[in-house]
Amino acid sequence: MSPLAAHLPAHLPALLPTALPAAVDTAGRASTGEAVLFWVLAPIMVIAALGLLFARKAVHAALSLIVVMISLAFMYVTQGAVFLGVVQVVVYTGAIMMLFLFVLMLVGVDSADSLVETIRGQRWIGVIAALGLLVVLGGVLLAATYPVPTGLGEANADSNPVGVAHLIFSDHVFAMEVVGALLVTAALGALVMSHRRRLTPKRGQRELADLRVAGGHHLAPLPAPGVYARHNAMDVPALDPYGNPIDSSVPRVLRVRGQEADANEYAARIDRVLAGGAARDVTPDPELATTPGGSAPPDGAAGAGTDGPTTTGEEAR
Amino acid sequence: MNLTNYLVLSGILFSIGSATVLLRRNAIIVFMGIELMLNATNLMLVTFSRMHGALDGQVLAFFVMVVAAAEVVVGLAIIVSIYRTRRSASVDDVNLLKS
Repeated sequence: MSPLAAHLPAHLPALLPTALPAAVDTAGRASTGEAVLFWVLAPIMVIAALGLLFARKAVHAALSLIVVMISLAFMYVTQGAVFLGVVQVVVYTGAIMMLFLFVLMLVGVDSADSLVETIRGQRWIGVIAALGLLVVLGGVLLAATYPVPTGLGEANADSNPVGVAHLIFSDHVFAMEVVGALLVTAALGALVMSHRRRLTPKRGQRELADLRVAGGHHLAPLPAPGVYARHNAMDVPALDPYGNPIDSSVPRVLRVRGQEADANEYAARIDRVLAGGAARDVTPDPELATTPGGSAPPDGAAGAGTDGPTTTGEEAR
Repeated sequence: MNLTNYLVLSGILFSIGSATVLLRRNAIIVFMGIELMLNATNLMLVTFSRMHGALDGQVLAFFVMVVAAAEVVVGLAIIVSIYRTRRSASVDDVNLLKS
């Protein structure tokens, strides 16, 4: 500030700190910079709000509402409400919207909106009512005459949070107390409402173990997936002592999706390696087959089918 | 730029929020619509506070935020407890409570 202030006339540096935020000129108009900020932010906010209205997924709606709220924080700061701008980010975006997202995850992200109309024509009535509200609000706001804006320069003289605090703890101190009582009540209410009385006896480790023994289930953990020389991902089943793949060693999700790999293929490779053959195999590559003097010919010659490796495995055995 | 622009923007946001409350069925999204309406009101309060050169509007907006926080806590607790019994977050299914 000081190098800039050195070049300014004597009376300007005193004005600068108060003149920057929320300044209005004598005709009550905001500065050009603020206009630019407004016209950049306003379309973003309206589009994001429409995203809240039209988004199919609840998480997308929550994210677009966050965009609106952060843009609002920018606008508060430009309008001289610095304290509210910070509170907007901390309380609204940081706490309330995170609570929303938390509950969304709890309730189930993909619970889709039902498209059945329980009240006939409710959708059109809703659209018409919202448009009517928009017209009424816009008409009133545009038709009303406002006083010439004074700006917050004077009210924010010793910084905005100080001014707000003076008001809260003098004129509005009773409201402040009531709001405190409301917050405590709300927290207690949420605790009471989300509390669930336990109707069944608690099942501890011992009861679970007894149940498992009584039901004849697996007592030990399930077998781990197979580990092979060249593949140890979750999708290959382990082999039991007789060489058969154990289905339960692959996670159930992969089995349901059909992403389970074929254990026989990997077992055949092991057999081949044990028999002294090359480990490479499976996909018969036409280029490899035609290269003269490569190590591939035996495999390639055995037949360009997928059963090539298995046959060599059988021979080795 | 005239300060009325802020007021009109706030009116647009308020209408979109009310449309969300009227049209969406997911209780959580309806709730977010209410939040959008509260935010639009806050923008209007802040703008009026600037127009009149007094900070009372900002104090009021601050109280709106605090009450909104309390309201969200209670509302989400209600939604969660309804979801536990009904396995649904749709506002249509809540009318089953009346039987």
